[in-house]
Amino acid sequence: MRMTRRGFIKLTGAGLAASGMGALGFGHMGKALAAAVRPFKLAHTTETRNTCTYCSVACGILIHSMGDGAKNARSSIIHIEGDPDHPVNRGTLCPKGSALLDIVHAPTRLTMPRYRAPGENAFKEVSWGFALDRIARLMKDDRDKNFIAKNKDGVTVNRWTSVGMLAASASSSETAFLTWKVARSLGMVVFDNQARV
Amino acid sequence: MASLAPTFGRGAMTNTWQDIKNADVVLVCGGNAAEAHPCGFKWVIEAKIENGAKLVVVDPRFTRTASVADLYAPIRPGTDIAFLNGLIRYLLEKDRIQHDYVRAYTNAGLIVKEEYGFQDGLFSGFNEQTRSYDKSGWDYELDAQGFAQIDDTWQHPRCVINLLRKHVDRYTPEMVSRVTGMPQNKFLQVCEVLAATAAPDKALTSLFALGWTQHSVGSQNIRAMAMVQLLLGNIGVAGGGMNALRGHSNIQGLTDIGLLSNLMPGYLTLPGDQEATFDDYMKSRQFAPLRPGQVSYWQNYRKFFVSFQKTMYGNAATAGNNWAYDWLPKLDIPLYDIIKAFEMMNKGEINGYICQGFNPLQAFPDRGKIRRGLRQLKFLVAMDPLDTETSRFWEDFGPQNPSDPSAVQTEVFQLPTSCFAEENGSLVNSSRWLQWHWKAAEPPGQARSDIWIMSNLLHRLKELYRKEGGAFPDPLMNMSWDYADPLSPEPEELAREMNGSTLIDMKDPETGAVALKAGQLLDNFGQLKDDGTTASGCWIFTGSFTEKGNQMARRDTTDTRDQGIAPGWAWAWPANRRILYNRASADLSGKAWNPRKPVIEWNGERWTGIDVPDIPPTSGPASGTGPFIMNAEGLGRLFARGTMADGPFPEHYEPAESPAANLLHPKVSANPVLRVFADDRKSFGAAIDFPYVATTYRLTEHFHYWTKHALINALLQPEEFVEIGEQLAKEKGIAQSGWVRVSSKRGDVICKAYVTKRIKPLLIDGKPTHVIGVPIHWGFTGQARKGYGANTLTPSVGDANSQTPEFKAFLVNVERSNGPEV
Repeated sequence: MRMTRRGFIKLTGAGLAASGMGALGFGHMGKALAAAVRPFKLAHTTETRNTCTYCSVACGILIHSMGDGAKNARSSIIHIEGDPDHPVNRGTLCPKGSALLDIVHAPTRLTMPRYRAPGENAFKEVSWGFALDRIARLMKDDRDKNFIAKNKDGVTVNRWTSVGMLAASASSSETAFLTWKVARSLGMVVFDNQARV
Repeated sequence: MASLAPTFGRGAMTNTWQDIKNADVVLVCGGNAAEAHPCGFKWVIEAKIENGAKLVVVDPRFTRTASVADLYAPIRPGTDIAFLNGLIRYLLEKDRIQHDYVRAYTNAGLIVKEEYGFQDGLFSGFNEQTRSYDKSGWDYELDAQGFAQIDDTWQHPRCVINLLRKHVDRYTPEMVSRVTGMPQNKFLQVCEVLAATAAPDKALTSLFALGWTQHSVGSQNIRAMAMVQLLLGNIGVAGGGMNALRGHSNIQGLTDIGLLSNLMPGYLTLPGDQEATFDDYMKSRQFAPLRPGQVSYWQNYRKFFVSFQKTMYGNAATAGNNWAYDWLPKLDIPLYDIIKAFEMMNKGEINGYICQGFNPLQAFPDRGKIRRGLRQLKFLVAMDPLDTETSRFWEDFGPQNPSDPSAVQTEVFQLPTSCFAEENGSLVNSSRWLQWHWKAAEPPGQARSDIWIMSNLLHRLKELYRKEGGAFPDPLMNMSWDYADPLSPEPEELAREMNGSTLIDMKDPETGAVALKAGQLLDNFGQLKDDGTTASGCWIFTGSFTEKGNQMARRDTTDTRDQGIAPGWAWAWPANRRILYNRASADLSGKAWNPRKPVIEWNGERWTGIDVPDIPPTSGPASGTGPFIMNAEGLGRLFARGTMADGPFPEHYEPAESPAANLLHPKVSANPVLRVFADDRKSFGAAIDFPYVATTYRLTEHFHYWTKHALINALLQPEEFVEIGEQLAKEKGIAQSGWVRVSSKRGDVICKAYVTKRIKPLLIDGKPTHVIGVPIHWGFTGQARKGYGANTLTPSVGDANSQTPEFKAFLVNVERSNGPEV
């Protein structure tokens, strides 16, 4: 019999209710009672496979969200638990992984680009267009001024040392690869990640 | 991984998490897996219950890992090499090594050049001015054909095993105990338990993490243990290995893809100034075999490199322009690591800095220096899901971050990014599994993915160069960017690009039939060519996304004998191998050393078993092909040749800040070639002012500086504290939960004291020495209480090979305090 995990939970819930009632002599009421049992709260969520964002054990997780992926419906994540199929964590999570929902919905998540001008004492919200235009301008001006095409011996070296970058060790490999391409095509060599810390 | 690659050939954890259950003995030293990797540590408990394994823990603190150990031995922070060299001495003296394995699979019998030597704390070739070594003497004697000379009888005085014997002779149990503070009887008990795994069918696994790397001798800590594992015959076997438990979810992936100053994807390296031409570059990357019949797989370097350049530059990379060799930046110094970057920043040599998901103000050594550096920037860009301290460095947060914003001229950008739950993509876990994950929701507000941000930034830069011209735009303008939406490439497109494809119809070498049509995805890196007809963005990932689909998304949990391989779950580099060097799991005739847990065996025609063989499948025992196919000699290295900056054998050096003299060679106390700048040296403290040894660590409830933003974690561990032993607390009049001021030469932290039985004073050369534990997790943003952060105290000094900062051993003072000024 093919059954989804969710279907299995629904069925056992109803079965337990029915047999329990049956044992107490309410057999004839079983059907109605089973229907009245509060449905499993995750029964109507969308389940998405993901990986814990913290350490490198890389525990499998199941993210439950409201919304079915329809174009006009915005999903919202309501629950995260360990993936019982995962060969390493087998459904378990540690005190960090168990609280992943709180990092997804942290009140200190950033939601808008913000900019702080020289000498100012606060950030102000800006548009993506403003932020990216300004950053591109600053980067290009610096690169044009400080790019080293040849060293003092006349060897072509094509490096840029006056702007640096730190890449994120929790970002995906795909993000990392794209980041590598952008940074190196600019000639950037002051470039590092969390491998050391 | 600047120690595993020089020893075995690849810089990565050798086995899988589940495979830990096959161990007979587990050594946790240089880590605290029960608290830092709890769900992985379950497999240690499984080994204890199901396999009768013994757990040995060596740590300055009686950690939660120690609390379930069969044997616990304390050690002074920063003295692991003294312990491990003592262990090597014990194994050699008592002849507790796996002889057949050591003789056939390691370089024990290879003969070293006469120039090599070691005296009074220095290896041969030391240059006092540059504080570096000329390593040319640290190599084998070669014969007329260019092969390393060997003495299989181990009689030659300069064969590796005899040089090693001589090197470790000074590390007697008495010396080990005087240096480390580990009681002699404990040391000998640990040696005895570990030595039992020299039996061919017994395995010891070594689990370690930042407790070994974050030292000025970090790489050599790991080298020493890797040598122990070779001597005991525990590499390549089920339940064995050097298991580097990596910290961040994709730190292995970022290293694999080369997001480090001197790296390119797949462990290729950027050229240096001395390699003016492509021919110069390839000259030092020939990797000719050093013994007959060896694979020396890096011989294929040119194929990986050319295929990479084809991915980067497409038709613009041609044989005529040496595959666009000149478009790669060249390095004038070995590398621009983080310690160098902040040194440059402090000197006004860096104008802009981009922090992508990284919080250097809290994460880097000597926070005062980091803050002073950031203030010198013209602009700072923080891309992050969270409100990081780094992006607020200019703001006044009181004693935890004093600042006058009007005096800080830095332009600061906070760019909100999506998090793991809001994207598709893959992460490489500690055991090299590439696991695909899926997006569950949109990011909040206007947050965007890092891919979107970097692409839009690139687009704007290209537009500016197109309009205005400017400094050498060629690599930028010619870079391949062949995505359906150039402003927002799909992760799947990037994954396919890393896997690589053939650029022309590829024929099967045996049948001559077209195996892959032009444009199709490659099956494995054996198909890569150096003539520009294949492209691959990261050769070690080739096979992860093929014409058969996304291999990283596989979810088959089948696992023969439940042995912890599960080859159909996700995909592991290289070539889906789960246990590296698994040829060494079998004896010289190809039979498993441990018949109960074979990994691969020779069936007379080919290697077969539950894992992908880490050797050409038809190179049988008679071929003499060694199990370490990335090494030119095919052997595991007890002697590292010139691959380490600070010596071919590990040597005990005191931390940069140490409470004791170096008993082995007082004149050369610290690592002579450690990573340090003159100004940083001035901010080292002395034991007379800062008498206690401090060591930093993680708590199980927190992850770095992120989880203080998560409510549950902030409630579980709300407040900055240090851990102090009962005896020291009594001496200093410090009460449980009382305020203390912890100070180093670089700064002060005022926080609570947790007075504990878990740390006891150690007797170092007869003198009681106290250790203080400093958890790292606090800062001034998020939901936990405001704190300074451990790196207010740490010194800016790093390992000679990896430049990893020395967070695990430095000097502080501690005194009672009335709490922070309000």
